[in-house]
Amino acid sequence: MRITCPYCGNRSLDEFLYHGDAEPQRPDATADNAMDAFVSYAFERTNPPGQHHELWYHEAGCHAWLVVTRHVSTHAISSVDIARDLAKARTPNTAGRA
Amino acid sequence: MGNSSYRSKTGGLIDRSQTIHFWFDGVRYPAHPGDTLASALLANGVRLAGRSFKYHRPRGILAAGSEEPNALVELRTGARREPNTKATVVEVFDGLEAFSQNRWPSLKFDVMSINSLLAPIFTAGFYYKTFMWPAALWEKLYEPAIRRAAGLGRASDDPDPDRYEKLTAFCDVLVIGGGPAGLMAAVTAARSGARVILADENFNLGGRAIDDASVIDDQPAAQWVCAIEAELDQHSDVRVMRRTSVFGTFDGGTYGALERVSDHLPSPPSGIPRQRMWRIVAKQTVLASGATERPIVFGNNDRTGVMLAGAVRTYINRYGVLPGRRAVVFVNNDYAASTARDLVRAGAAVVAIVDSRPGSTDAVRAVARDVGCPLLDGAVVIDALGSQRLKGAVVRNAAGSTETLSCDLIAMSGGWNPNIQLTTHLGGKPQWSEQLSTFTSGVLPPGMSVAGAASGEFSLKGAIVGGAKVGQVALTQCGYQPVDCAIPSAISESAAMSPLWRVDGGRGKAFVDQQNDVTTLDIELAEREGFRAVEHLKRYTTLGMATDQGRTSNVNALAIMAELTQKSIPQTGMTMARPPYTPVAIGAFAGHHRDKHFKPTRLPPSYAWAKSHGAVFVETGLWLRPSYFPRPGERDWLESVTREVKTVRNSVGICDVSTLGKIDVQGPDAAAFLDKIYMNAMASLAIGRCRYGCMLREDGILLDDGTVARLGQHHYFVTTTTANAGKVFQHLEFCRQWIWPHFDVQIISATEQWAQYAVAGPHSRALLRKIVDQPFDISDQEFPYMQVGEMTVCGGVQARLFRLSFSGERAYEISVPARYGEAFMAALLEAGEEFDACPYGTEALGVMRIEKGHISGAEINGTTTPTDVGLGAMMSRKKDFIGNVLGQRAGLLDPDRPTLVGFQPVDRGQRLRAGAHFLARGVKEIAENDDGYMTSVAYSPTLGHWIGLGLLKRGPQRIGEIVRAFDPLRGYDTLVEVVSPVFIDAKGERVRG
Amino acid sequence: MAREHFSIFSIMREAWRGHSGWTPTWRDAAPKPEYDVVIIGGGGHGLATAYYLARTFGITNVAVVEKGWIGGGNVGRNTTIVRSNYLLPGNIPFYELSMKLWEGLEQDINYNAMVSQRGVLNLYHSDSQRDAYVRRGNAMRLHGVDAELLDQAAVRRMVPFLNFDNARFPIHGGLLQRRGGTVRHDAVAWGYARAASLRGVDIIQNCEVTGFRRDSDRVIGVETSRGFIGAKQIGMAVAGNTSRVAAMAGLRLPIESHVLQAFVSESIKPFIDGVVTFGAGHFYISQSDKGGLVFGGDIDGYNSYAQRGNFPVVEDVCEGGMALMPRIGRIRLLRQWGGIMDMSMDGSPIIDRTPVAGLYLNAGWCYGGFKATPASGMCFAHLMARDEPHAVATAYRLNRFRTGHAIDEKGMGPQPNLH
Repeated sequence: MRITCPYCGNRSLDEFLYHGDAEPQRPDATADNAMDAFVSYAFERTNPPGQHHELWYHEAGCHAWLVVTRHVSTHAISSVDIARDLAKARTPNTAGRA
Repeated sequence: MGNSSYRSKTGGLIDRSQTIHFWFDGVRYPAHPGDTLASALLANGVRLAGRSFKYHRPRGILAAGSEEPNALVELRTGARREPNTKATVVEVFDGLEAFSQNRWPSLKFDVMSINSLLAPIFTAGFYYKTFMWPAALWEKLYEPAIRRAAGLGRASDDPDPDRYEKLTAFCDVLVIGGGPAGLMAAVTAARSGARVILADENFNLGGRAIDDASVIDDQPAAQWVCAIEAELDQHSDVRVMRRTSVFGTFDGGTYGALERVSDHLPSPPSGIPRQRMWRIVAKQTVLASGATERPIVFGNNDRTGVMLAGAVRTYINRYGVLPGRRAVVFVNNDYAASTARDLVRAGAAVVAIVDSRPGSTDAVRAVARDVGCPLLDGAVVIDALGSQRLKGAVVRNAAGSTETLSCDLIAMSGGWNPNIQLTTHLGGKPQWSEQLSTFTSGVLPPGMSVAGAASGEFSLKGAIVGGAKVGQVALTQCGYQPVDCAIPSAISESAAMSPLWRVDGGRGKAFVDQQNDVTTLDIELAEREGFRAVEHLKRYTTLGMATDQGRTSNVNALAIMAELTQKSIPQTGMTMARPPYTPVAIGAFAGHHRDKHFKPTRLPPSYAWAKSHGAVFVETGLWLRPSYFPRPGERDWLESVTREVKTVRNSVGICDVSTLGKIDVQGPDAAAFLDKIYMNAMASLAIGRCRYGCMLREDGILLDDGTVARLGQHHYFVTTTTANAGKVFQHLEFCRQWIWPHFDVQIISATEQWAQYAVAGPHSRALLRKIVDQPFDISDQEFPYMQVGEMTVCGGVQARLFRLSFSGERAYEISVPARYGEAFMAALLEAGEEFDACPYGTEALGVMRIEKGHISGAEINGTTTPTDVGLGAMMSRKKDFIGNVLGQRAGLLDPDRPTLVGFQPVDRGQRLRAGAHFLARGVKEIAENDDGYMTSVAYSPTLGHWIGLGLLKRGPQRIGEIVRAFDPLRGYDTLVEVVSPVFIDAKGERVRG
Repeated sequence: MAREHFSIFSIMREAWRGHSGWTPTWRDAAPKPEYDVVIIGGGGHGLATAYYLARTFGITNVAVVEKGWIGGGNVGRNTTIVRSNYLLPGNIPFYELSMKLWEGLEQDINYNAMVSQRGVLNLYHSDSQRDAYVRRGNAMRLHGVDAELLDQAAVRRMVPFLNFDNARFPIHGGLLQRRGGTVRHDAVAWGYARAASLRGVDIIQNCEVTGFRRDSDRVIGVETSRGFIGAKQIGMAVAGNTSRVAAMAGLRLPIESHVLQAFVSESIKPFIDGVVTFGAGHFYISQSDKGGLVFGGDIDGYNSYAQRGNFPVVEDVCEGGMALMPRIGRIRLLRQWGGIMDMSMDGSPIIDRTPVAGLYLNAGWCYGGFKATPASGMCFAHLMARDEPHAVATAYRLNRFRTGHAIDEKGMGPQPNLH
C-alpha cells in the first residue's frame, strides 16, 4: 500500500503509523452525558466494510496526521487530507486564545 | 557415462565449446554452460531424479520450469544446502553438487517405497480417522513416526552464510515475462520513452519462442530476441532483469521481485549478494507470464519418462537434449502435436500421436503426415508401463481396444493454463473460459494488463500483436506518446483443444498432484466424504499445497471434482493464488536485518567514553546504555552497582540520561496545550521552574511521566521516558493537529540534539560550579530544587541546567548540544575527580529510584492508573485533560485495585525477586487469593538489604502487614513486610540539599 | 450420513472395499423453518458451540448457518497454536479450560485433530522482560496452569540452533508451557461438524444471513439467502465480520477488523519440535507434521476486510525469523495468506448477551481465536443454554469498557492495532 502525503508525495506504507477511524470526535468533557459520549468515542467503532476515513501519521516523514479515505475491502485510497485542516474546519475555535 | 548420449549435435542455447562438470548423488557428470540441472541430467540419460512425498514413488522430470513437481534436489552442501530445489530452474555451474532427497538408503532403492503397498490405507485424510487411542500415544508414538517420515529435503544446520540485499525501484511500465508478448510490450513502451523494467524468471529471454524454436520476422526466434534485447539495452531508462521472479502483487502498484544474483555461481563473489529483494513500484504493469501446460491424468502418469510436451520441446530446442528416443505424443490439442516435429527433427522416433479428440484435426493430421507417424484419433493413453524407467504406453483406441506401444517417452499435453496468479493476489477472481477450457484473469489489479499466453492468447502471432497493443496502452496511460512500430511477422498456429481431464480404465494410480501424491481416488474419496468445495478438497487431500504451488494440478482437480459432482467447473470453484508465485528464500525477505543488524543501534552521546572506561552495556529498546562501570577487583555487577550507588549517595555520580525523550514545545498556546496533555496543571508553572508531570491515555491509564520545564512565557521543554519517547511525541502531535487544531503551538523532538547528564549526589553543586561559566549563579538561593536555567559551561558551551532528582539526592541534569556530549562527559568526570566522582549506569539509576519509590516502566505498564501508583492526588479536578473522563470509571476507582507500596524481607538477609505474587499469610496458593505482584526489586546499599516495589490490593492500608512474595516459578516463597514505597528520605530533604 | 466410528479398523475395512463405504463427514442440511438455536457462522467457534449445545446441554434442534463453506474463516487460516500462557485472571481460566478440552478432544469427538503438546516457548531478552514473564508464569501457576522458566542454557539445550552468539537482542531465557502446542486446524472444524451433525445439528452451508427479524425488542429469526429461518435464540460467531453482522441488528461494537498474515515454508525434514516465540521482534514459528515451517508475526495494523496483507509485514516477520534462527535463510517461503481478525479494544474477546433480546455475541477474538475454539464453544453454549455466563468467561462482558474492567494483556489501551 502507498499513501500520497500532501506534503511529501507518494510514499510506502512503512513510513506511516495507523491510528484508526477518524469519525469519532472527542466529546465535550463538561457535558452532562460526557461519560457515555467518551465511552462511545474511545471504544465503539462502526468498522464498515467499505469506505473508511482513517487517521494515519507520517512518522518517517513530515509528522503530519492525515485523514485517508480508503476502501477497506479493496485497500483503494480515494483521498488523503491533512487532518489539521479538516479538524479546523470542523470545530469552532474554542482554544484558550481568541 | 558416455558424454551426452542424449545431447544433440547442434541446437539450443548451450555453449558446447565448454564442458563443465557437476555431481548428482555423488556421481560426476558433464554439462555445458547454459544447461539446467534437469537438462544436464537428461543429457546424461539420468531419468530418476527424486521420490514422491507420501508413497516414495520413483519420479523423473515432468516439466522444464518453475512448475516442476517432481525433480527436487538438495543443492549444495553445508551451510549453503538448499532443500527442495527444482532441478529445472538450477543453472549448472562447474562443481555443482546436488543430491536426491526423501529416500533411504538410495534413490534407486528406497525402503520407504513400502508406503506404496500401504496405499489402500494411506488415503486422503486417513490420519483424521485413527491414531486416537490411547490419547497419550499421539505425542509419544504416532506423531514422531509421522514426523520422521515428513518433509522433503533437509535444511542447513548452520546459519546462512550469504548476504541478501533489498532495493526499491520505480518505473512507468513493469513488464513481467520476457517471452514474445513481454518483449513486444517492453520495446513498444521503451520506444516512446517510458521508464521500463522487464523481469523474467529465466536466465535468458524469449520464452516459448525459444522453447518452440519459432520463426519471427523470418528469422530464428533466438536472433529476433537478441535484436530486441540489444535495442532495450540502448534505452537508458530500461532495466532488463533476468533471473528475476516477480512473485507478488501488493497494493499501490507494488510488486515483490526476487533477483537471483549469484545462484548460478558456486558462491557469491565478494561484495555481491546471493539474491536481491526488489520492491518495484510501477504505474502500469504488463503481465506476460505465459502459461503452464496441463498434464493429463492417467494410470501411472507419474512414471519417469512421462513429460509435458512443451517441456520436451524446451529440452530439445533450448538445451539440445533429447528426453527420449521413442516417443508417444499424447495430446488433446493442436499446438502440442508439433512436439512430434521437434522430436523427429532431433532424431527421435515418434511411435504415434495419440489425440483424444475423435477425428483429430487437419493441423494434427498434417504433423503426423510430415513426421510419418501413425495418428490415433479418439484414443487415449490409459497406463504408462515400467517402474524406474518408462517402457511403454497402453493406448485405448476409439473402438475401445487397447494396445501397448513400446516407448521411453510420453510427451503429453492437456492444454494450457494461463499464469494469472499475479492477477489474483489482490482478490481478483479468475473467470472460466468455456472457449479455452481454462481460467483467465478477472478483475485486474489497478494498472495491470495481460498479454500473450497469460491472457489466453496461445499463438505466437497473437502474443506479439497483443504484447505490442498492451504495451501501447500502458505507455499512453503513463502519459507518453505512442511511436509507430512495425509488428514482426509470425505464424498463427492453431491452439484448438478439447478438454480431457482424466483418462479412466488404467490399472495404475492416476496422479493429479504428483508431489503430494494425490490421486483421482483421493478426489473421489473427498467427494464421497463431503469435501466438495474446492477449499475443502485442497485442505482434505493436500492437493496444490506442494512446492509447485499446484500449477500442474489445481485445474485438473477442479475439473475432476466438477465431473464427480455433476456441476460445471466454475460452479465447483476456482483457485485463487496466494503470494509468492514461486517460493522465495526467507533470507531474501530479511535482507541485512539479521544478527547484530536486525535493528538499528542507538548510541548515547557518551557511548565512546563509556566504552573506553569499561562500561558494561545493556539493550534498552534500540539504545545501548551503560549498565554499570566495573572496576578492577570487583567480583560481580552487584558490587559495582553498590559502589556506584554509595558514591552518589555520599559524594557525586554522573549518568548519561540523554535517552530520555525531549520535546520542545513553543507557541502562544503552549501552556494551554500542555494543560490538556498532563493530568496535573502546567499553565501555572512559573518561568524558570520545572514540574513532574504525568500524562494519561484517553482511557484513564498512565501513558508516561517526565518533567516539564518552562523556559519562557511561550516555551516549554518536556521530557519523556526512554521507552515512550516516540509514542509520546506522536501523541502530542495527534492532540495538537487533530483534537485541538486551533492551538497555536509547535512541537519538535530534541532527543537527539541534547546530550543530557544527571549529576547527582551531595557534591553535585560543587562539581558543577567548576564547569559552569561566570557569572551564572547556581547557589541554592538562585537555583533551588526544580529550577531550570540556560547558561554556558566550560568556557562558552551552551547548556541547560535542570535541578531535578531521580535518585533522591541533591541532583541536577545538565544538557549540552549533542556534539559536545562525549567531551562533556570527560569534563564532568575530570571536574569530579576531587570528589571521587564516578560514572553510573542504568542499574544504579534503577536501585536509587526504587529506594526513593519513584515509578518506572515496570509500574507504568499500560494497566495502571495514577491512583494505583500513588499519584491520584496529582490529578487536576479543575480542567479537562486527556484521560480525565474515562479515568473516572468505576472499575478504575475500585479501592480493591492493587496499589503501589514498598516491601522488605522479614528476614533481611533474603533476596527479593520481581514477578513474585503476593498472598496473605495462611491462605491457599490459588488465584482467588492473588493480591498483586512485585514490580521492581533492588539490593539497597543504603539500607543494606533487598527492597521492592509492588502493586498490592489495598496496599496503603496494609502497611506493616507481613505477606508472602510467592514465586513458584523459581521456587521461592519469601515473607515480606509491607512498607511505604519511599525507603529513604521520606520528607525529601536531601533533594533540597 | 456418517455413523461410522473412526478407527484403524474402520479404515482397514474400507481399504478392503476400495473406500466406497465412506459417507459425508457431516450432513449438508437444508434449512428447516425454525430452530431452538441458530448459530451464525460455520467456523470453529460456531461449530464447537453447536456441538457443546448438543452434547453438554442436550439442545439438538440447532442450525449452524454459514455463508460459504464451513471452516473457511480463521479456523482455516491460522498458525495452529494452542496454549494457555496468559497473564490476567480474566483470561487464564478460560484458556486453561480450552487447553483441557483440547487434551480430550479427539476421544470426545472421535476425530483426530492432531492435538500435539510439544511445548510453547516464549523467549525473553532483557531483565524486565524476564520479570514480566515471571509475573505471568506465577499467575499461571496460581491458576493451576503449567509454566516453567528456562535460563539461557536451558533454552540452548532445547533449541540449540537459535542465534545465541551474534544476536542484536541476546536470548536470556524463556517461559515454557509444555502443554502448549499445535493442532491440525482444519480438522477441528471438520471434527466438530461431524460430531455435531451426528447429534442432530443441521449444518447449512452457502447460506448467508442478510438480516434479523424482530418482534418488538426480541429477535425471532434470521433472513438468509436461503429464506427466513426462525430461532428462539441466535448466536453470532462470525469473527472478522462481527461488525457488519451486528450492524444488521443495530449494534455498534468495540471491534475493528484487521488483517493478520501467516506464512508457511516448503516442506523440510522436521527440526523445530515445539513452538518458539521471539521476544525481540514479531515472529513465532512451529513446524507442521508435513514439514512446513508455519510462522507469523504482527497484524498489518490497519482496518481491512481483504484477506491479504502487504509487503512490509512480510519483511518484518522474515527479519524476525532470520534474527532468531539464521539457519532458515535458504528455506523458501511457500505461501502467505491473510485472515480477518476481530480486533477488540482491549485485545480480549466478548462472550455475552447483546442489548437485543435473544441475540448473543461471540466476538473480538483478535488473533487468539483458534486456541480458544473449544472453550469458546463451551462457554457460548453455556451462555445460551443457561442464559448466564460460564464461570470461566465472566470477564468477557460487552459492557466492560464502560465499567472500566478492560482485560488488557499487553497494556496497549483502546487501540486495536497495537494489541
